[in-house]
Amino acid sequence: MSSVTKIPLSTRIRWVFQSRSSTGERGMTLGAQLLSQLLLLVVAATVLYPILWVVSMSFDPRDISRPTVLRLNPFQGGLSLKAYADVIKKPTANPVSLGQLMFNSFRLATLTGIASIIVGVFAAYAFSRLRFVGRRVLMIAVLTVLMLPSIATLPALFVLLNKIQISIGGTPFNLRNSLLGVGLAILSGSLPFAIWNMKGYLDTIPKELEEAAMIDGCTPNAAFLRVTLPLSTPVLAVTFFLGFMSTWTEFATSWLFLTNAKSFTLMMALYNMVGQYSNTTPWSHFAAMSVLIALPVTIIYLFVQRWFVGGLAIGGVKG
Amino acid sequence: MATLDKSLSPQRVEQPKKHFWRWLNPYVYLIPAFLVMGVITYYPMIYQVWMSFTDYGIKNLRVNSQAPNFVGLSNYINILTNNLGLSYYNFWHMLSFNLFWTFSNVIIHVALGILIAVILNRQGLWFKGIYRAIYILPIVLPQIIVANIFRNMFDPDYGAINQGLAVLGKIFFSLGPNVFQIHWIDQINYPISGLPLTLSYFALLITNVWLGWPFMTIVASGALQSIPKDLYEAARMDGANEIQQFWRITLPLIRPAMVPAAVYGTVMTFNLFSLIYFLSGGGPLRQTEILITTAYRLINEQRLYGVAAAFCVYIFFILLVITLLLNSLTRATESYDV
Repeated sequence: MSSVTKIPLSTRIRWVFQSRSSTGERGMTLGAQLLSQLLLLVVAATVLYPILWVVSMSFDPRDISRPTVLRLNPFQGGLSLKAYADVIKKPTANPVSLGQLMFNSFRLATLTGIASIIVGVFAAYAFSRLRFVGRRVLMIAVLTVLMLPSIATLPALFVLLNKIQISIGGTPFNLRNSLLGVGLAILSGSLPFAIWNMKGYLDTIPKELEEAAMIDGCTPNAAFLRVTLPLSTPVLAVTFFLGFMSTWTEFATSWLFLTNAKSFTLMMALYNMVGQYSNTTPWSHFAAMSVLIALPVTIIYLFVQRWFVGGLAIGGVKG
Repeated sequence: MATLDKSLSPQRVEQPKKHFWRWLNPYVYLIPAFLVMGVITYYPMIYQVWMSFTDYGIKNLRVNSQAPNFVGLSNYINILTNNLGLSYYNFWHMLSFNLFWTFSNVIIHVALGILIAVILNRQGLWFKGIYRAIYILPIVLPQIIVANIFRNMFDPDYGAINQGLAVLGKIFFSLGPNVFQIHWIDQINYPISGLPLTLSYFALLITNVWLGWPFMTIVASGALQSIPKDLYEAARMDGANEIQQFWRITLPLIRPAMVPAAVYGTVMTFNLFSLIYFLSGGGPLRQTEILITTAYRLINEQRLYGVAAAFCVYIFFILLVITLLLNSLTRATESYDV
């Protein structure tokens, strides 16, 4: 899972919106101010250095395979979109276009994201609201999977999915060697996470709202569907996005499962550009590819965060 | 109002049947998730335990191939006694490196995170918003892309790290660029004599510190902003200087927020597959290999599914011990409050 997941949401809001300093009674002395500025500038430079390096390399107009001079300003010496054009046409030696790779990754990420929230939200609600025999045991069962990294169940998933080989209209189909199989393997790890993430949010929606609905004549199930579920839209969106983001950049499972170049994903192509067979790949291509993979999720992240903050203003979330 | 009256005066006659359905209702909610997880999560986990006692390999992958042979505990024993046929494989070295890797990272992340948060949250600081916007970038960018970018930056000949160091070296120490032909990833001998850590460990550490501190800064900032200002005023009146204020007020009061964050960071860093696999590849000579990257190699390169299954069972129990230890640690600090 990405490191985004566990930042308490209230903290994230504070981070974004309380950036203006409360005009305190006691300012800083000029010396302390300058020293702080120096330290923070050095830190900012180290944060920006890799990003500037990659962005500038992707726009390098010189069309050489390796950058021989350090170049951190993307506008220095002209911009060229040639690396992007090359990468979009054919990123690796495999006969697949970037469009195909993106489509594969997008399908995989969207479907696993949607499946994990649709299947998971009911269990999340049961764990959050309902009391029943075996609740504790089942919650521990979910947490156990949450503790395990996804790679730790790959041996069995590989072997089991590989057992399902049928032929559809003469063409052999191996579930392991398909995006569907990869999706199932990813879902096996992302579903417990989705359940837990959504349970955490449902815990914070006041129970009184449902009770009010029931007094007005709702059955308990209708109270869930008509009151709690609409109120939990923000967490559904965020859980979907977190699932999307981790699958969009998923590598281990797809690299292990897929052998047919037509169903390769973006990260597999990027690995082909940096791995042991990549001596001929110009670095500008690698840089353009990195930007193309990272940019969509980074933009969606910012978008989702804002939208989520709007939804939070109504409910309020435990930090 | 009719419905309200009804719900207030339940009819005793209907009770048993209604009771059963009410009892069943939670399980209906659980059916979708546990049906799916039963097939694709729990069944594979149980199957994996069975696999770990067999010599499951490539020969057993074909559809109608024979069942693998039962080999008892030999996979488990071979893993611990380094009999896997992998060159330079040493389980105990790897486990201790994995633990050292985790704790060295988390300590630096937390220390740096708190330090920067304290500077960033001082009253009257200029450009606070700009710094915050920049510092969130390592969290927002996909980690695996960052690992690839740093791999590229650590290139000895054209990489951004060596080129950048050459620029700094020329300005401050007038050193030639040849000094900075550092082989970050593949240098075998230890840069600090007496310390069995390769240069690739430091390359990994630099990258992971770049990735890790902003998360700790965000958590620490949240905690810092909730400390009442009058505590500091009282301390100042009592004559405490800034350093005393930090150790006596700031640190104890942000500890309840930092401990869970550090626990989370510990588990994440212990299993940090993508960074190590992409940046150092566990090299040189498996010196920076951790448990999870070795497990992946056993499946993906060696194709020893039975051995890999046993290895993953070990990972499960090691993580269980770590999680339980860390949980009791968190619980011990949970009650800590003003």
